[in-house]
Amino acid sequence: MCGIAGIIHRHGCGDVGHEMCRMLQAMKHRGPDSTGYALYGQPSDLLVMRFKLADPNDGNDFSYGDRLARSRREVESRLAKIGATIDRVDGESEYAYRATFRYEGELKPLADYVEDVPGCEVLSLGHSLEIVKDLGDAEQVAEQYRLDAFTGTHAIGHVRMATESDVDIAGAHPYWAYPFSDVAVVHNGQLTNYHRWRRRLERLGHRFQSECDSEIIAVYLAQRMADGLSLETAMKQSLEDLDGVFTYLVVTEDSLGMAKDEMAAKPLVLYEADDMVALASEEVAIRAVVNREIDTYDPYEGEVMVWSR
Amino acid sequence: MEQVKTGRYDIRGLAEPDATAPKTAIVTGDSAEFDAAELSTRQVNLELRRLLYDEGIHDVTVRNPGAKHSIAVGILTRCKLLIDGSLGYFGCGLIDGPEIRVTGRVGWSVAENMMSGVVVVDKNAGSLTGAALRGGDLVVRGHVGARTGIDQKGGTIIVGGNAGSMTGFMMQRGRQIICGDVGAGMGDSMYDGAIYVAGKVKSLGVDCVESEFTDADQELIDRKFAAYELDAPSSFRKFVCGRKLWNYDSLEPNERKLVL
Repeated sequence: MCGIAGIIHRHGCGDVGHEMCRMLQAMKHRGPDSTGYALYGQPSDLLVMRFKLADPNDGNDFSYGDRLARSRREVESRLAKIGATIDRVDGESEYAYRATFRYEGELKPLADYVEDVPGCEVLSLGHSLEIVKDLGDAEQVAEQYRLDAFTGTHAIGHVRMATESDVDIAGAHPYWAYPFSDVAVVHNGQLTNYHRWRRRLERLGHRFQSECDSEIIAVYLAQRMADGLSLETAMKQSLEDLDGVFTYLVVTEDSLGMAKDEMAAKPLVLYEADDMVALASEEVAIRAVVNREIDTYDPYEGEVMVWSR
Repeated sequence: MEQVKTGRYDIRGLAEPDATAPKTAIVTGDSAEFDAAELSTRQVNLELRRLLYDEGIHDVTVRNPGAKHSIAVGILTRCKLLIDGSLGYFGCGLIDGPEIRVTGRVGWSVAENMMSGVVVVDKNAGSLTGAALRGGDLVVRGHVGARTGIDQKGGTIIVGGNAGSMTGFMMQRGRQIICGDVGAGMGDSMYDGAIYVAGKVKSLGVDCVESEFTDADQELIDRKFAAYELDAPSSFRKFVCGRKLWNYDSLEPNERKLVL
């Protein structure tokens, strides 16, 4: 089933961490397995990288702590080797970290080099994007990663009921559009030409961290944008290229977009106002952050919409 | 207000098996009103049942439904309900008799399997509006999503705005009157019934054909629109089943072999 939500403040900032938590918690019944957030804070000239070195499901053996510490030192030394000046690295949980650093080069070699460390996955990389995902419901994850105080301009989130792949962080949404800075995707549905697209994109040099079909959408859009298409054109093209049933949300540094397949089999409710746009699989999620009578509607099949702040 | 004990799920997966009616309604004569903001779905439905069945009240107003799912379902008595706000999924489903007005919007599958009665929605509706409707009138003044009246087996669905794709998919009986435009695949695999459209139809589904619009059709539309005080567009087109897929046989395939 899964539930997706997105919110964008068109003028200035809002408490997107708190708002996204409320929206996702209202849809907990759609997916109790894991919860993920893609939040956009104030852009800075530093790069923010969220990464994990293990999964909460991994066996917690005697050398677990040592291994994590070793991997963390390895990530830091690799960042330094590739030419990044580290600002700071914080442990967000025992296996997930947040690093800020200054770096001018290409992101792909950096991400590939860091992910070569055993157990490491780069969850997000960009100047304002931060992806946080873990097992548990929205409130548990928000508390674990202290997201309540996160202010920013826009965010998407996902509550997952795993159908096609494992219940772990790698299978949780949102997906960062590797290796593209500041692009992330959440998806509700199933893609039926996953393997075909995965092989195609792997031949083009992309890496996949999970067996989850939704990861295709993020990497697909990144590739299309690298080919020179705008976000909106890439999304319209995706309606032709991706088979199956899907409603997905995509975020970039300054915009939020939605696309719905031609069967309109997965729900999405949309609330548009002058100062904000909120979308979610169910209206209860929008009501959780807009406490007044509002007019909402469902986008139709095959629709693509993009809002900028 | 008595303390409400709500367990989470019982062994059958039924949510809140221990919930009781909160008894928060303010009753005035034959009408009652209560606020749903702080109540769970089950408490709202139990309170409705208590008022309609136990107290014999026939006019109930529900304030602040807050787009909760499955509100006002399974009501099998004649009554008047006013839902002052929006409903989530499966609102007013499986009902027989009530006359319900929703002042906001509804999510997917409103009035699913309604047997008789009236549901009027003032704003938009999601997909699967009036799924498997068997009788009564379902009126949505705004737009509706995809697959309106899927598997409809009777009754009338009136839409003031546009409708999405696969409208009337596999409908078997009944009528749909749509004042706006309709998406792709309208009336796909319909068996019987009629779909009236005032706007443009993006495409017709398999075995759906245009048919002659008669005086009787106009009379029906005029009567329904007058009853709900709707402005009828000047002209409608009528779409029915082309009957190319009517391959019915009273015999099962293995019985047919025996006959031959």
